[in-house]
Amino acid sequence: MKGKTAILEGSRAVAEAVCACRPEVISVYPITPQTHILENLARFVASGRLKSQFVRADSEFSAASVVYGASATGARAYTASASQGILLMTEVIYAMASTRLPVVMTVVNRTVSHPITIQPDHQDSMSLRDTGALQIHVESLQEAYDAHVQAFRISEDPEVQLPLLVCMDGWVISHSYEPVTIFPEEAVSEFAGTFKPVQKLDPDKPLTYGSYADQDVLMEYRYALMRAQDRAKEKIRSVAAEYREVFGHFDGDLIDTYCTEDAEMVLIAMGSLVSTIRAAIDELRAEGRKVGLVKVRTFRPFPKEELLEACGKVPLVAVLDKSLSVNMGGVLATEVKSAFYGSPNQPIIVPFMAGLGGKDVNRRIIKEIVDIACRKAEQGYRERETVWMGLNYEFFGTEVK
Amino acid sequence: MKKMTMYMEQKEVKELLAPGHRACPGCGCALAVKLILRETGSNTIVVSATGCLETFTSPFMGSSWEVPWIHSLFENSPAIATGVLAALNAKGNPKGTKVVVISGDGGTYDIGMGSLSGMLERKDDILYICYDNEAYMNTGIQGSSATPFGADTTTTPVAGDSFGKMVPKKDLVAIALAHDAPYVATASISDPVELCKKVRKGIETPGPAVLLILTPCNLGWGFDPSETVELARKAVETGIFPIVEFKKGELISVKKIKPVPVEEYLKMQKRYQHLFKDDVFSEVLQAIQKSVDENILKYGLA
Ligand SMILES: Cc1ncc(C[n+]2csc(CCOP(=O)(O)OP(=O)(O)O)c2C)c(N)n1
Ligand code: SF4
Repeated sequence: MKGKTAILEGSRAVAEAVCACRPEVISVYPITPQTHILENLARFVASGRLKSQFVRADSEFSAASVVYGASATGARAYTASASQGILLMTEVIYAMASTRLPVVMTVVNRTVSHPITIQPDHQDSMSLRDTGALQIHVESLQEAYDAHVQAFRISEDPEVQLPLLVCMDGWVISHSYEPVTIFPEEAVSEFAGTFKPVQKLDPDKPLTYGSYADQDVLMEYRYALMRAQDRAKEKIRSVAAEYREVFGHFDGDLIDTYCTEDAEMVLIAMGSLVSTIRAAIDELRAEGRKVGLVKVRTFRPFPKEELLEACGKVPLVAVLDKSLSVNMGGVLATEVKSAFYGSPNQPIIVPFMAGLGGKDVNRRIIKEIVDIACRKAEQGYRERETVWMGLNYEFFGTEVK
Repeated sequence: MKKMTMYMEQKEVKELLAPGHRACPGCGCALAVKLILRETGSNTIVVSATGCLETFTSPFMGSSWEVPWIHSLFENSPAIATGVLAALNAKGNPKGTKVVVISGDGGTYDIGMGSLSGMLERKDDILYICYDNEAYMNTGIQGSSATPFGADTTTTPVAGDSFGKMVPKKDLVAIALAHDAPYVATASISDPVELCKKVRKGIETPGPAVLLILTPCNLGWGFDPSETVELARKAVETGIFPIVEFKKGELISVKKIKPVPVEEYLKMQKRYQHLFKDDVFSEVLQAIQKSVDENILKYGLA
């Protein structure tokens, strides 16, 4: 289908996608750099373009709670936040996932305090890693648009019924302007369909949500979450494929790959960094270096099998992380290692911390990462030590070197 | 007599809080909720915060709720209710379903206060009912900001110079009024007819309504389960729990009393026993009586 390509701000592109999916309830609370999304939606609702219940909340905790209540009552629901707001929502998202309430939420990735800064990294969404919510990380403005159009169907699928977080780097995606192709609102609405809840709060059929339970069922609830995330894989794949069929765009399903076929080394990353890596790979390839890329698009469900398959017999993998599990290193690297554990072709995996708190990661640094990883591999690197790119050791004085 | 008839008629309606729940015998909250649901009827979605009510009514596969009911967390029942209402409104609410919150004092006065404030400010059409047992009972009788001056709880213990809670109870009515809530009232389980009437009025008021119900807790306050209603009645008769009703900020009714000394109410409960054991606490007793007298004057109860 032919879309309209215009230079849009990332937040506007997301708002256009969300608007076309016709959420019935939107709840918002401002936090930079998420705010432009909610401001756009507020205008769409105020002008009558979007007929949604638009709820200003008193906190992110309440904003998440409002969409929780709305979803339980059978309405398509949307919210967005970032950083501290995501942390404040955490308790609600755990409950939302376990209660199996579909909600689509945008995480405009920003690091968390302290020091307080509005710069991007993935620390906020990674803190939701274990909630049961699905996480799709996008690399570009276009993908941010595409992923939001797909998100409601995945989240609301009767086989899935889970909150879905579309994660996009603050500023780099939310505040950049770029040509984005958006599709006719009617066509997008049709694609997104309507929410048909399996069950809901309804006086004609009274149900109890959020009951008290002892040791008899909690493990079963968690296991059911695991199963639902497994089923989500198939849904993410099929919705992405259908999107390609209808609109002609494809951003990958669980992962996306670039130049992996003959690669001797693969970089693994998420989010906007992936675009930079693509550009760096073009330059490296021109120099004759066989480097490839695997973009982890769905951090949850984690693409275990897909990673193994994409990396084939690659002997060396470098993982670029924008979030830290203190004392253990990058969160993505931890997951990647765990995915490769015990596989017959387990590569050398070198973890890199790059871009925490918005520290710049450009093509030069990517190439440096490739060089460091190759050197480590030659030395038979088997250490767990994470390589911190661009760390200013002078900051620590003479103590730490 | 007319009042009586109305009550009897309602009794024939199917109870929407099914028996067999796990509340302590004589639980004031359980009594209040049964009455509330008689008045709301079945075309109601109820939201509750974590607390005794949630725990004793919703054991997995054994719900007592005959109306759709949702509990999410401790601090968000008003926001969940807003979401429920928004969803109903998004679909035009064809059945005219009402949304009612029933949460404890901890969930209301303390951890959910921000959420409640947001709900009131947005003027959401929700009846918010706080069952006030004046402490965190579900976790074992810890003091909340609804715990009254002088009461002994596990976190406002009587020891050394401490005579229990050293600061007064927060004034929820004033807080609700400060939000311009169009209907704000208090009620007691000792007067079920009036309690039901206020539930009705709260539901019928467009916009947010706040109803505060004193629900004696025999476990937390220390009295015999047979005395629950008597306790509630004494709280009203002494003036320590004024029965008032505000419409659009105007005081439209109070329950007139012939005040009896507050000691008569305090003496019935273990949580105040220390005040009677030692003369050093006579000032505390006087302070309680003084604040009650102020209540009586403020609302013109006598
Ligand atoms: C965020 C959070 N903090 C603490 C608790 C523990 N908690 C559960 S119920 C409860 C007390 C509830 O007190 P109240 O609202 O007065 O209701 P009651 O139990 O007295 O009926 C507490 C502190 C919790 N569930 N969640
Ligand atoms: S502890 Fe108190 S409020 Fe809780 S169930 Fe028992 S009597 Fe009711």
